[in-house]
Amino acid sequence: MAPRFTGVDFYGIDGLLSEEERAVRDTVRDWVEEKLLPVINEAYLEGHFPKQLIPQMAELGFFGANLPEEYGCAGLNNVAYGLIMQELERGDSGVRSFASVQGALVMYPIYAFGSEEQRKRYLPKLASGELIGCFGLTEPDFGSNPGGMITTARETSAGWLLNGAKMWITNGSTADVAIVWAKTGAVDDPRSIRGFIVPTDTKGFTAKDQKGKLSLRASDTSELVLQNVEVPKDALLPKSGGLKSPLSCLTQARYGIAWGGVGAAMACYHEALAYAKQRVMFGKPLAGFQLQQARLAEMLSGITQAQLLVLQLGRLKDQGTMTPQQVSLAKRNNVDLACECAREARRLLGANGILIEYSAMRHMANMESVYTYEGTHDMHTLILGEDITGIAAFE
Amino acid sequence: MKIAVCVKRVPDTESRIRIGAGGAGIDEAGVKFILNPYDEYAVEEALQRREKAGAGEVIVVALGPDAAQETIRVALAMGADRGVLLKADAIPPDGLAVAKALAAELRDGGYDLVLFGKLAVDDYNHQVGVMVAELLGLPCISSVAKLAIEGGAVTAEREIEGGIEVSACALPAVLTCDKSLNTPRYPALKGIMAAKKKPIEVKPAQLGAVRLQVAALTPPAERKEGRIVGEGVAAVPELVRLLRTEAKVL
Repeated sequence: MAPRFTGVDFYGIDGLLSEEERAVRDTVRDWVEEKLLPVINEAYLEGHFPKQLIPQMAELGFFGANLPEEYGCAGLNNVAYGLIMQELERGDSGVRSFASVQGALVMYPIYAFGSEEQRKRYLPKLASGELIGCFGLTEPDFGSNPGGMITTARETSAGWLLNGAKMWITNGSTADVAIVWAKTGAVDDPRSIRGFIVPTDTKGFTAKDQKGKLSLRASDTSELVLQNVEVPKDALLPKSGGLKSPLSCLTQARYGIAWGGVGAAMACYHEALAYAKQRVMFGKPLAGFQLQQARLAEMLSGITQAQLLVLQLGRLKDQGTMTPQQVSLAKRNNVDLACECAREARRLLGANGILIEYSAMRHMANMESVYTYEGTHDMHTLILGEDITGIAAFE
Repeated sequence: MKIAVCVKRVPDTESRIRIGAGGAGIDEAGVKFILNPYDEYAVEEALQRREKAGAGEVIVVALGPDAAQETIRVALAMGADRGVLLKADAIPPDGLAVAKALAAELRDGGYDLVLFGKLAVDDYNHQVGVMVAELLGLPCISSVAKLAIEGGAVTAEREIEGGIEVSACALPAVLTCDKSLNTPRYPALKGIMAAKKKPIEVKPAQLGAVRLQVAALTPPAERKEGRIVGEGVAAVPELVRLLRTEAKVL
């Protein structure tokens, strides 16, 4: 087995972090090593999220950590928040996904689009893990094109009546509350999209676990069905309006995913390097063969680039100048890097690389989902293409 | 209860240590420094005592360079109330010199309890805690593995060779902590943010005379490669013979 993880830092990037940022990173890193890694393999093989970790994650402040302290959150800057995502994904993408959804896709929209009453009612309980949330945007027939959604919300005398179905919903079966996005106007009018806070025990709301996943196995992925779900008037997120509202949540989550990609890549590099030094073939360690050195050099180059990329992205986010297109570039680059590192690490490990006792293939399978969710790699290519040329290729 | 916890900044045991140019110290370049792991038990114990009592104050005291403030802040992030840095350019290798500076700081502090880790992982001296107790004229129980405090009476268990020793003394007292005492908490993210606002008082260390120097450091000898004497049952007699005659462990 690989020795304890102490980070990958070829360019002295630690020196660009503040003391608090490093302290946050170290807390998460130690927790992942001591609490997450010992249980992840079993959860992954059995295909469930390791729920027993939720109270610890909440107590340490992993949920919505970049939101203000007055709502029970840690009030961290965005670099420290990113480092949390990096370290969680070093453990497992499913666990990082859980934290991303809770923080960026449930707590963030309540913070950004909710009333003060909604913030006070939900955010402290979501931070403390007393409530678990999920985010319902994607539908069976509307993935990359969420503006085409057919879920509707009709205003009634008592409140709102929701009908529709949502697919690929992380935490869907576990959640106590769902942030559901629905059209309040004509089905061809994405400007009428609004967000609703829907308690999952509301009549007509059902969640079904999606079976047969070969990736993100330590994560709950569900289908939601809303059949005449009645919610009161104050379930509406009052400041939400149009497709840009859910998309801005995705920008938050993608920002964390870009950091997560670094974590998964570092995990694979660390494991591959330790294995290459220790495994002897033809009378010398694998690490002494040029082909394996090339693999390791490629991984380290990619990781170093990705680290600098997300660090600057985080500084821009803290300054308030980060653009969604910059997030697209980082998500696209870093997740692709993690896919490559995981695959190359898996190959370097030879036959051992297919075993659960090594992490490379688990990361490799996970990263295929991450490659596809939160804007597929291809969609981010087109977003960048549009930004570069001024011409949208997907409309 | 007013509790002082004395902590030390030490190189991370996971770091790759290289011996520095002078041959008597380590090359600090690229080495990560941490709160001495045994001191984490002392911090945790102090926090649990304060929490149990529902009142009190936990003060973290460190001796060392400015960078030791970072070490103090780890303890503050875990939940200690405030810190004191006794500033010195370097931590002298003479435990008594350090103990005198700490004792000078602690003497008039009105502490009910002074906690240390039982040793620092950089020098393995086991000295400073017990020396401070002696200088302050307080009772000392070292390597405490289990602790009960009722009223002013301390009962502590120590894991000794082949058994457990139970010691008792009265407060105020100095205790040095062993690793079975508790499970140190992680510094929570809110704690890390709160630590920024907690005060650290910096003053010069009143070090005693330094009468001891490290003359040389050498890395441990490289381990010799293992030898496979054979496979299966047939190899057992030869293995036993070698363990007896060569390794001399049987």
